[in-house]
Amino acid sequence: MKEKYVLEYTEDVVDEPIIYSLIKHFDIKVNILRAEISPGHEGSMLVEIESTPERIEEAKAFLSERSVSMTPIAQSLGFKAEECIHCGACTAACFSGCLTIGAPDWTLHVDRSKCTACGLCVPACPLGLFTLKFGN
Amino acid sequence: MIVTNYDMHAGRRVKTLYRDLSIAPHILYSYATLARALCGARWPPRTAPKRTALQGLLGLTEVGRLKMVHKTYDEINDRIARGEAVVLTAEEVARMGEELSPAEIARKVDVVTTATFGAMCSSGCFINFGHPEPGIRMESITLNEVPVFGGLAAVDAYIGATEVSPNNPRYGGAHLIEALVKGDRLVLEARGKGTDCYPRRTVRAEISKETVNEVTMVNPRNAYQNYPAATNSSSRILYTYMGMLLPKFGNVTYSTSGELSPLLNDPELRTIGVGTRVFLAGAQGFVTWNGTQFNTEKPRNEWGLPLGNARTLMLTGDVKKMDPAFLKAAYFERYGVTLFVGVGIPIPVLDEDLARRVSISNRQIETTICDYALDGHPGITRASYAELRSGALTLHGKRVRTAPLSSLAKAREIAELLKVQVASGSFPLAPPAQALPAHAVVRGLQPSGSGGLE
Repeated sequence: MKEKYVLEYTEDVVDEPIIYSLIKHFDIKVNILRAEISPGHEGSMLVEIESTPERIEEAKAFLSERSVSMTPIAQSLGFKAEECIHCGACTAACFSGCLTIGAPDWTLHVDRSKCTACGLCVPACPLGLFTLKFGN
Repeated sequence: MIVTNYDMHAGRRVKTLYRDLSIAPHILYSYATLARALCGARWPPRTAPKRTALQGLLGLTEVGRLKMVHKTYDEINDRIARGEAVVLTAEEVARMGEELSPAEIARKVDVVTTATFGAMCSSGCFINFGHPEPGIRMESITLNEVPVFGGLAAVDAYIGATEVSPNNPRYGGAHLIEALVKGDRLVLEARGKGTDCYPRRTVRAEISKETVNEVTMVNPRNAYQNYPAATNSSSRILYTYMGMLLPKFGNVTYSTSGELSPLLNDPELRTIGVGTRVFLAGAQGFVTWNGTQFNTEKPRNEWGLPLGNARTLMLTGDVKKMDPAFLKAAYFERYGVTLFVGVGIPIPVLDEDLARRVSISNRQIETTICDYALDGHPGITRASYAELRSGALTLHGKRVRTAPLSSLAKAREIAELLKVQVASGSFPLAPPAQALPAHAVVRGLQPSGSGGLE
């Protein structure tokens, strides 16, 4: 299985080679899509992880021991769908294919699996309906 | 325009056309029907075939005029009263236009509903708070800390949609208007110098649409007839009223409902003028004047449709009767506060000319794509709404994503609602009391200094 997660590091572990451990000890394929980490501070990383469900569970436990939270990207991107007016302004900014609008219904479609946590939808929405939990 | 006569040789050609179209040869067909038959799958052509060229192709000896379809407002209102009127949305008629001629559409369809739901900055409302005892001549007024214009009589004010709170640049007049429509309470604070007739100097009160006398929306410029699309050639993100424009032609944004847009379905404003009843944010409002920046002189394409922002409407309606589903406050990043307004206008199909106008499709409506990175936002190319609505177009040899800024889903909701209202007789149609200007140009402003751009 292949899924995107946001890893949130506390400042205590920010200089540990966490990703190396995931690859070396759990045989997990890791693709780093976005990272914001500076030594001495908290950090965030968007990774795509590919492995068996069992290995991913083991990795989660390993990360949890080190106080690294692992949140599926679907939960990091907040969207107040019921307030959306389907103007499409967010689709101008979203280049990952997560937010799309078009025929036949011209309502906004949100495919969280395609989100790359770029955060551009947050300022692009004229109604301020998006939030992204990534850093800050 | 109807084919009335043809010679023996041309007769075969026309009969073949009739057979291809599966239509009976004893019926006379319009120029558009025959032109479409000639063009085949290439319909509609980028350039309309000349009548003489068509005549030549068919070998016709005569192309003449037959009695045109003509309906009056009274006849259409009678049909509505009898429950016989055919009311369709402009999108439905655009599809019908691919099959039927304008003459056939004029016979079949009585009213076409149009709509748009987009950000319209030039919006606002007059409000009368009522007099406290003793009275105050309100000179400096805020609602929820947002300044409102008080340069009117003692307790009158104008809430401008784009005015913002000094404490929160994301909250402004548009939010006040939305709150009033919803029935929410707002905090009014006003100061005056105190006069012999109005001795009070300050007042603070909670108001809502239930407590005030009138709240009347008066929007100086709404429902733009077409609007240029936007792109960005620079190497940084531009934050504009046309949304976020990504660097190096990263996207193109556009903001009209195309074939559903009110003023694109009656481009010469034959049925829309002073006194025309409109759907305004859920209430029935009226066109009160031409909108500001009203422009009849924009370049047009071969279908007679302007290639950029042309005519506009000043609209008025009762805020107390509006529906929050059709009005929404918004904030465009680093630009400011604005108001999404839902506008719908029914167009009576009085004759073939209007039938042809209302049946235009997104392939025929074009706009100019402007580069917002350059001074004056020069146009770089033009594109049809069919291309813009396809999700991507080619710009400088590169595939560029396109994105709308006005809600087609909401516009469709309005057009459908309006269809029901018109057909039920609750939205009567009437000719304009006065036509909007036949000729008007837009002037720029000549600054006297460098204006802080140095």
